[in-house]
Amino acid sequence: MFDKSNKIIVGLEIGTSKVCAVVGELGQEGNLRITGVGQAKSRGVRKGEIVDTGAAVEDIRAAIAEAEQMADVEIRSVYLGVTGGHIRGFNNRGRHAIPSADREITADDVQDVVKNARAINIPAENHVIHVIRHHFIVDGQEGVLQPVGMLGAQIEVDVHVVHGVTNRLQNPIRAVKSLQLDVEDIVFTGIASSLAVLTPEEKELGVLVIDLGAGVTNYVAYVNGIIKHTGVLAVGGDHVTNDLAYGLKTSMGRAEALKIEHGSAVVGPGDKGQTIAISNDVGLPERSINVEHLRRIMSLRIEETLQIVAEDLETVGLIDYLRAGVRLCGGGARVPNVSRLAEQVFGLPVSVGRTKSISGLVSTLDQPEFATGIGLVKFGSFQVEKRVARGGWQTRLKSTLSRMLQGA
Amino acid sequence: MTEAENIAVGLPPVRRAPVIRVVGLGGAGLQAVAHMVQSGLTGLTFAVAHTDARQLAQCAVEPKVLFGGGITRGLGAGGDPDVGRAAAEADVEALRELAKDQDLVILVTGLGGGTGSGAAPVLARAARDCGALVVGVAALPFDFEGQRRSQQAQQSLRQLKCAADAVICLPNQKIAGLLDDTTTLLDTFRVANDHLAEGVRGLSRLVTQEGLINVNFADLCRVVRGRQAESSFASASAAGEHRSREVVQKLFSSPFLDGGNLLAEAEAVLASLVGGPDLTLREVKHVMEQINRACENSQVVMGAAIDPSCTGRLAMTLIVTRRSTSDPAAAEEGKDQASAESPLVSEFPIEGGRNGLTLKEGNETVRPASRFVPPPPKLSPEQAQQLLAQQAGTGAVRRRQKQAKLRQGMLPLEVVSKGRFARSEPTLYRGEDLDTPTYIRRGVPLN
Repeated sequence: MFDKSNKIIVGLEIGTSKVCAVVGELGQEGNLRITGVGQAKSRGVRKGEIVDTGAAVEDIRAAIAEAEQMADVEIRSVYLGVTGGHIRGFNNRGRHAIPSADREITADDVQDVVKNARAINIPAENHVIHVIRHHFIVDGQEGVLQPVGMLGAQIEVDVHVVHGVTNRLQNPIRAVKSLQLDVEDIVFTGIASSLAVLTPEEKELGVLVIDLGAGVTNYVAYVNGIIKHTGVLAVGGDHVTNDLAYGLKTSMGRAEALKIEHGSAVVGPGDKGQTIAISNDVGLPERSINVEHLRRIMSLRIEETLQIVAEDLETVGLIDYLRAGVRLCGGGARVPNVSRLAEQVFGLPVSVGRTKSISGLVSTLDQPEFATGIGLVKFGSFQVEKRVARGGWQTRLKSTLSRMLQGA
Repeated sequence: MTEAENIAVGLPPVRRAPVIRVVGLGGAGLQAVAHMVQSGLTGLTFAVAHTDARQLAQCAVEPKVLFGGGITRGLGAGGDPDVGRAAAEADVEALRELAKDQDLVILVTGLGGGTGSGAAPVLARAARDCGALVVGVAALPFDFEGQRRSQQAQQSLRQLKCAADAVICLPNQKIAGLLDDTTTLLDTFRVANDHLAEGVRGLSRLVTQEGLINVNFADLCRVVRGRQAESSFASASAAGEHRSREVVQKLFSSPFLDGGNLLAEAEAVLASLVGGPDLTLREVKHVMEQINRACENSQVVMGAAIDPSCTGRLAMTLIVTRRSTSDPAAAEEGKDQASAESPLVSEFPIEGGRNGLTLKEGNETVRPASRFVPPPPKLSPEQAQQLLAQQAGTGAVRRRQKQAKLRQGMLPLEVVSKGRFARSEPTLYRGEDLDTPTYIRRGVPLN
């Protein structure tokens, strides 16, 4: 129990198209290395939420088993990514008047103001997933990082709260627990993805990360290094496939294949009149599909999704603060020309996010789909570091024991 | 008091202020107007009209008109709108007197009973004949008042919408959402009256008070005249440092605006903002930016006024005019069968082009347009007779209209299957179901 071996951190994402488990190893010096990945096709999830528990549990088991085999470890606990249309993010402000006569802000005051900010008014059936503290405001002076020791009459703090419906958050947790795995913490997948693809400089400049998943589109906006806005839109790649299946009058499976093979987010001038011949089961040409229609349907759906995100950011007034532009990740980021389309919608530089600042299976992992899994591991490593810094129970127990031994 | 104010309003010789009268009709209207007089609404004149002599005598508002004495003998309409209507029609001259020489008549009434439901459309029509702009402010009954009253109210609301220039609705049931379980009945009705008064106050303030950014009578006319629209209103006030933010939040969370959803579908929005002398332009800007953002597709008319009694506070009243969607339009179009049917016909070829199945259904709907009166050939003559007897007079035309409307509304549901999302929770955004393919919702043709 007291060995100083490396810590294993596992991120598990139960996505709409795939279940993905990423194993990371946290070294002595706090360096994170990815040692294994396991994935399985997801069958029991719609719009980011489990609809068929049996199928989902099987898929999780398969993904975990593959990851265990690859990393050669036994997985006991995971950091679980959660998403779904019910998840909401909002900002709240807490106030606290400094009672002491000399007006010096103490650590207790800081604790109180954070407590006030956490006292929020959300429906009883909802559960808070994250509370992210912003900078402090002392007597109206904004951007205070460390208020202890400063003088002031009133201290305020903004927090960003991410919350969701408890029962719907419980479903994936129960599925994981039924496999005798512990859930260390749940993490909103949008935040996890952003951790994987962003550098501190980008966070400082202001950036928007859009995770274009199969079931849902998660987005997180950073300004001045902190999360200012999060959102989920229950529209994703599945919707594109469904639109194609409907519009081109073909099966879902074939629509998915057409999307991957011939899809594009922009209708090009050369697409007009082009056709693709698709063959039936015995290999005979069955009918032809118009490329222009295919791309038009895709383009409209993706454009609309991005527009809704852009509108939301405009509503909260953050669009002008995103100086580092937009990063795309998730399977949707693979669609050709999606960056170009997003640039048109946002009027900002757009690029596909790369999973940086992480070592290990770099070449296999630098795919937009793995951003969430890697981000979950990264989130886990922060938690572990925090615990070490605070002195986790193991450290404390160890010191107590050594003192007892010395005393004896 | 009322006379003196009337003169005061008319005082400035250069710019004639609009002459506004608030008419309370029926029991609920009587109480609401009495409440408004008590709460000190200024710049308007008041009048009440009722069929019940006893209630009228208890009311302190002057002038009062007892109508339908020949029919009800001054005992009220007994909850029957037909009696109310007959009473009003019998004494329509007396009611017309109330609206004479007025620019704007605000008709305050509670629908669902006899007098209010029956007489309001008659009075509205009479006032319009006198040349006044008529705005109905109507309270709809609580759910617990029973099915019959709410049906009567809905029917009367339809008639009132056709008769008046605009109707502002206040469903009392939504007030119930504002109150907790321990609120007394007396308080509930007081709150309902407060809201009615607030609506009238906002309306009159918008028109009469000089402000930083002025809205005049002509603006109101432009927004509501001829629209026959149904409107809702919400008001809120806030004080303190973040009042501009709070007031908007309160408005958007108001049950009368369906949590702000109504703003998105609004056609025109009248925003009346009142603050103390300390009202800053930045605050006005901040509030209006948010309102404008919420109702981007609509015409926003705003007024900002200074009221010394509002120092440190910010009060806002929104009057939201919705596009008159179904019923008044149907009633109007009913006069012209061809014009009502033709858009239906012209729309089907587009739908049919997408899906072979649709074409068939389209043809079915086209058919009645050419011959809607004769009964289907399969019926025997007796059955046909029976049917015709049931659908007396214009009823047949009405029903056909309704059916056609209904079918048009249902069509997308039948045609567009949601594929793999058919059984999942729909993703709604601004009233659109995002599970339906985007190109269909946007009407992009694929050819």
